[in-house]
Amino acid sequence: MSVSPARPRVKVLPMGERALLVELADGSAAEALHAELLRRRAAGELTVREIVPAARTVLLDGLDAPERLAARLPSWEIPPLPPRAEDVLELPVRYDGPDLADVAALWGVPVREVPRIHAAAEFRVAFCGFAPGFGYLTGLGGLPDVPRRATPRTTVPAGSVGLAGPYTGVYPRASPGGWQLIGTTEAVLWDHARVPAALLTPGVRVRFVPEAR
Amino acid sequence: MTDRAFAVVRSGALTTVQDEGRPGHAHLGVPRSGALDRPAAALVNRLVGNPPEAAVLETTLNGCAVRPRCAVTVAVGGAPCPVTVDGRPVPWGMPVRVPAGALLDVGTAVSGVRGYLALSGGVAVEPVLGSRSTDLLSGLGPPPLANGAVLPLGDATAAHARVDVVPHAAPPSELVLRLTAGPRADWFTPDALRTLATRAYRVSSASNRIGLRTEGPPLDRAVSGELPSEGMVLGAVQVPPDGRPVVFLADHPTTGGYPVVGVVRPADLAGAAQAVPGTRVRFVVTGALTPPPG
Repeated sequence: MSVSPARPRVKVLPMGERALLVELADGSAAEALHAELLRRRAAGELTVREIVPAARTVLLDGLDAPERLAARLPSWEIPPLPPRAEDVLELPVRYDGPDLADVAALWGVPVREVPRIHAAAEFRVAFCGFAPGFGYLTGLGGLPDVPRRATPRTTVPAGSVGLAGPYTGVYPRASPGGWQLIGTTEAVLWDHARVPAALLTPGVRVRFVPEAR
Repeated sequence: MTDRAFAVVRSGALTTVQDEGRPGHAHLGVPRSGALDRPAAALVNRLVGNPPEAAVLETTLNGCAVRPRCAVTVAVGGAPCPVTVDGRPVPWGMPVRVPAGALLDVGTAVSGVRGYLALSGGVAVEPVLGSRSTDLLSGLGPPPLANGAVLPLGDATAAHARVDVVPHAAPPSELVLRLTAGPRADWFTPDALRTLATRAYRVSSASNRIGLRTEGPPLDRAVSGELPSEGMVLGAVQVPPDGRPVVFLADHPTTGGYPVVGVVRPADLAGAAQAVPGTRVRFVVTGALTPPPG
């Protein structure tokens, strides 16, 4: 019975005259649908300008006939994501963020455990947003979600590694921000002369590698 | 001196370089950007003989003044305003020849908000991800114009249009925004949707290239709690916690966590670009008031 690929529950919501918002049961189902949409677009089976994954939805924008796709999409078979796909991108990090103690208290662990836990996890870029090249990375399973700071900082330096909700993110450039900061990376997250301009694109697997002090 | 460039003499309240924007990168968090009043930008490009993808200047309320270093053909459109060359009035909405070194002044709008200045050859700043547009949300593209800046011009590719009169849509005295409901109309009470469809809103002075903010009766939520971030589209009517609808314009964020009650037709957004603060807004719901069962 369970040999054929799962057919996850999908809900197709209208979004204007050219777009559809596909809602799934959870983030991993959204990532699986995202991978399938990219595959179909690459194979020429789907014409769409934007495919935008998010927390548990995928937006399709720039469709010629959204209603036709809306009727077909719920019957698609979506293969589950392969357990290990492409190479893991390693990001060097110094765990020197100002909010390490707050995160440790929230998690109920000593401060020195936060880097160990964070560096042991394998992350995946679930989606991008907030700023060009800002990825929302999932992978910290089983830990309490980290609330955003009550008062966002007016400036967060580029390369800051932060936590918010179930996500880890890295600020591609200096900007205001409310994430709890645990570290810093020298990696260049955004360079519009590079293809792709974003280092972290949806689906990419990431590990944080602590730098020796 | 014949170099193809112009100097900014008066940058105005906010003048940016705009073209057709950079769609196709929303999944990387890159807004689409581009001219807010697309038909007006396309028209001035046609008038000076530019291809539709050429970059123009988008002004805000009080225009700008530039001094081309070479002879160029220009056209000013969008919000109607006086236009002068070395202090002498020249036609608005028509191709005008400006000699090298002359001062072209795009004056304060007599109605509407955004003016468009096309120069033959187009503004030729370095493109970023295929577009020369200034993106005020994320800072991509050239910065807004500053006094004294010198911007390059491309080579003119075709003769200007030969026209006697050009029709243009007057900026609206009332802004009518037709929208289809969804994707999160069910996050609001039925009363809220009636409120949106029947009550008058006004354009808020807090509006910008990211969104047209409105003042009016707040929309009440039927579902409390937070919506996980989801993808956003041009024209999305997002409702933040204060209940006042915000219509997303060109520089809108690519994802957002406030529910979208409906999506305005892109054709109606040119009017939104020209609606001065205080303009009455009428939302006309054209789709079903509730999304179809999933």
